[in-house]
Amino acid sequence: MNAEHMIHNANQIALYFSSYPREEAVAGVLDHLKKYWERRMKDQIIQYVAQGGAGLHELVVDAVKRLDVPQKHATPR
Amino acid sequence: MALIQETDYGTPHILAKTQVTLEIDGKPVTVPAGTSIMRAAVESGVPVPKLCATDSVEAFGSCRLCLVEIEGRKGTPASCTTLAEPGMKVRTQSPKLARMRRGMMELYISDHPLDCLTCSANGNCELQDMAGVVGLREVRYGYDGANHLQPGKDLSNPYFSFEPSKCIVCSRCVRACEEVQGTFALTIQGRGFASKVSAGGTDFLSSECVSCGACVQACPTATLIEKSVTEKGQGDRSVVTTCAYCGVGCSFKAELKGNEVVRMVPYKDGKANHGHSCVKGRFSWGYATHKDRILKPMIRAKITDPWKEVSWEEAIGHAASEFKRIQAKYGRDSIGGITSSRCTDEETYLVQKMIRAAFGNNNVDTCARVCHSPTGYGLSNTFGTSAGTQDFDSVNDADVILVIGANPTDAHPVFASQMKRRLREGARLIVIDPRRIDLIKSPHVQAQFHLPLKPGTNVAIINALAHVVVTEGLVAESYVKERCDVAAFELWRKFIAEERNSPEAVEAVTGVPSADVRAAARLYATGGNGAIYYGLGVTEHSQGSTMVIGMANLAMATGNLGRRGVGVNPLRGQNNVQGSCDMGSFPHEFSGYRHVSNDAVRVSFEQAWGVPLQGEPGLRISNMLDAACDGTFKGLYVQGEDIVQSDPNTKHVSAGLAAMECVVIQDLFLNETASYAHVFLPGSSFLEKDGTFINAERRIGMVRKAIPPMAGYADWEITIKLSEALGYPMHYSHPSEIMDEIARMTPTFAGVSYEKLERLGSVQWPCNEKAPEGTPIMHIGSFVRGKGRFMITEFIATDERTTDRFPLILTTGRILSQYNVGAQTRRTENNVWHSEDVLEIHPWDAENRGIREGELVSLTSRAGDITLPARISERMQPGVVYTTFHHAMTGANVVTTEFSDWATSCPEYKVTAVQVQPAKRLSEWQEHYKEAKRRTTQILSQTGAD
Ligand code: SF4
Ligand code: SF4
Ligand code: SF4
Ligand code: FES
Repeated sequence: MNAEHMIHNANQIALYFSSYPREEAVAGVLDHLKKYWERRMKDQIIQYVAQGGAGLHELVVDAVKRLDVPQKHATPR
Repeated sequence: MALIQETDYGTPHILAKTQVTLEIDGKPVTVPAGTSIMRAAVESGVPVPKLCATDSVEAFGSCRLCLVEIEGRKGTPASCTTLAEPGMKVRTQSPKLARMRRGMMELYISDHPLDCLTCSANGNCELQDMAGVVGLREVRYGYDGANHLQPGKDLSNPYFSFEPSKCIVCSRCVRACEEVQGTFALTIQGRGFASKVSAGGTDFLSSECVSCGACVQACPTATLIEKSVTEKGQGDRSVVTTCAYCGVGCSFKAELKGNEVVRMVPYKDGKANHGHSCVKGRFSWGYATHKDRILKPMIRAKITDPWKEVSWEEAIGHAASEFKRIQAKYGRDSIGGITSSRCTDEETYLVQKMIRAAFGNNNVDTCARVCHSPTGYGLSNTFGTSAGTQDFDSVNDADVILVIGANPTDAHPVFASQMKRRLREGARLIVIDPRRIDLIKSPHVQAQFHLPLKPGTNVAIINALAHVVVTEGLVAESYVKERCDVAAFELWRKFIAEERNSPEAVEAVTGVPSADVRAAARLYATGGNGAIYYGLGVTEHSQGSTMVIGMANLAMATGNLGRRGVGVNPLRGQNNVQGSCDMGSFPHEFSGYRHVSNDAVRVSFEQAWGVPLQGEPGLRISNMLDAACDGTFKGLYVQGEDIVQSDPNTKHVSAGLAAMECVVIQDLFLNETASYAHVFLPGSSFLEKDGTFINAERRIGMVRKAIPPMAGYADWEITIKLSEALGYPMHYSHPSEIMDEIARMTPTFAGVSYEKLERLGSVQWPCNEKAPEGTPIMHIGSFVRGKGRFMITEFIATDERTTDRFPLILTTGRILSQYNVGAQTRRTENNVWHSEDVLEIHPWDAENRGIREGELVSLTSRAGDITLPARISERMQPGVVYTTFHHAMTGANVVTTEFSDWATSCPEYKVTAVQVQPAKRLSEWQEHYKEAKRRTTQILSQTGAD
């Protein structure tokens, strides 16, 4: 996904949760990324944050720092 | 199955608690109080002659054929207009009654053409039947006197004819148009002998008529009759099935002659439609056998090559080997698929199963992504279920109806008729919509409030309504305390009470006078049962999910949930969009909305399907296209969807598809997406297969095979073949076995089986041990998630803003006669009502730009530009323009952008900043489209070049 698009999407999620108390908000963003983002997108945003995360809402940055990508379950056929 | 003849009870069914017992022809009969003698007689098996009565409309008492004698009473009252009373002794037959009835019939027949043998209704005409029933043997008056035998036919409607010479002026049609449909297009003009039926003084096509066909169905003679019956003759067998158009899910009898459909008649036992329909379901089925249907599998190496017809084996083998090759080269996650909201539950279930089990990933999505995905998100987070809370009949108990971002008379016509009936009975109406939709003012219906908000400000309005409820002490405190999560409520109450959410504070943003918002909020909160109905005007926004949550908050705060007459009800678009979501079409969840990361659920599927499954969500449609542009997604299987035409930002969709190496399309027609395909698998229409659809009220309705699949296989059979070729065989010999698996694997469907559906007609999920016959109303006593959860709904304006360059807002929508991308309806006579998409624009905006009615205009956004004709209309507010996306050539989605709902990626179809200017020629995209379409749809027939 192009970076601009990814930043826009992630920030929209953060904006929704930003009306909640901070801890809840970070947890909300994190939960959302875990539940709905595919591996490629998660990898991309983790990498982007590692490179500084320019333009990302601070809630996103905090959530992504806690985002761990699980081992895949299925084995390819 | 033989031709089904439903019993006509003469007058409508009465809902009453008290019963009365009377005697008819010596037999005791018990009926609900308020029932007519006629109905009581028919229910007890005693038919009474009749002409002007039929059970879809109130009795009128004009033909005098249904006379009876009542012991102890003078005269011979009409049984259709006389109510049954306790202890009454009724006689339906006597020499006197027989004489009188014969006399009446004689009068009718003396003014009726005697061409029975060549009449289209021969054998299916109540006048003919009654002549036989009353034993009419001669007509003493002769046929020379003044009569009505001359007037010509009105053939203007494409689907039915009106032949006044056959009319007996029983007014059944007039009453059907008023009471059943609610359009009031017909009147009886003149009096006495001069009286005649008139479509408002003009022909049917130019009248207010919406071609629902209720009058045709009610007509006892051949005066109003389907042209298809005139052309093909009457059917000899019926198959009861479910409409394949919209989410109302009307039940129909398909009447056939051999394997040819002769007509579709709405089925009286259908619990979603009670014998009514709209133009699409009743008349617009010709697409199913249209000459454009592709009936042979086809393949090609490049999308610029002509298609080559091949055998099923070759096409399936090619698709499977391409998918395997792509996965070997680019990885397991490099392919995916899209399930169809038009196909059956069973078919959808199989597609997602194939993707998860045979592709080995979760890259499955469905077109609900682009319509009601926010409904799923919002309602499951607040209530615990991804579906509407009520059945349609619940509206009969509503006192205040709040319609938000929906246009039911066009998009959900049969439910709109039911809603209008309730409004005529006195329920009050609030409409929140940027456009002045028809419902706001229609015959005998007038909205109390229309809040014409600016597109994109839904959340501000719903917050303002809730602000009034909270700050004016209108919260249903004890309901909230008992039923909802109190901590979440208090947090929300504090937020919503803030001054910035008041109607006054948001007025500048929404454009709606604060006094109206206050009054509407008070009405909804205090007017009795408050019911919310909403459509895509809610979901297709960057805050679509927030808005769904906002409506759920408002309903909980006022206690308007968990009983009849209330609720939060999505009016869902396509016939099976509810079902496709229920069946696990989303990349993050299995059937029944259970997340793929839920270990217990995933393990149960791994055991049942015998393969390991991924526990991480897959790609959504928009992400698949992004990944394709990035080079990591290369293959796609699409069943019965047309994402090129239906999804936003056409150029982006096309670029994504063009970057793929194998696109497999399974459809009836070479649709727009097929222009980018390498394999085409010919699908089957709803008439050609068994299965189920689930409508907007969670009702699982049967779809029954009326004719054999024209291309050889039903869609579920094709998926099985593909899966087998991929090395994952599935063993089902009938869709009922697929439903058995769905029931085994999905708690909310645990009690569903074809046997039960056959027995009950239809059933609403959840259907399980707790609710063996289904659940019409949800959340009675407690919410599915336990406590109802209030969530904060901060209004955040969309990033799609008007600018000097793009000063207007475009919003998109639907109309009655066309359906979605138009693949079906454009291949019917419905084009007489809507042959092209037009741009509706307010007179001021038109005048400012020098735009005149009917002239071409260019519509430009930052995503692209198209050209289409203008229609100047005061239904629009200044600053807002509107169009539909029924025609591919218009390319409305060339203009819409990639902005979408924050939670679900549902596109923001309802808000695009645009400019409109007079134009002379088609846009570049449209020119390119014409040429590309020609190039990418050539078929090399087996005998040579096309
Ligand atoms: S087709 Fe429907 S709308 Fe038209 S006149 Fe008949 S009942 Fe009325
Ligand atoms: S058109 Fe048919 S239903 Fe209408 S008044 Fe004439 S006979 Fe009756
Ligand atoms: S209302 Fe919907 S389901 Fe009913 S006939 Fe019309 S299109 Fe079909
Ligand atoms: S059927 Fe009763 S008066 Fe016509």
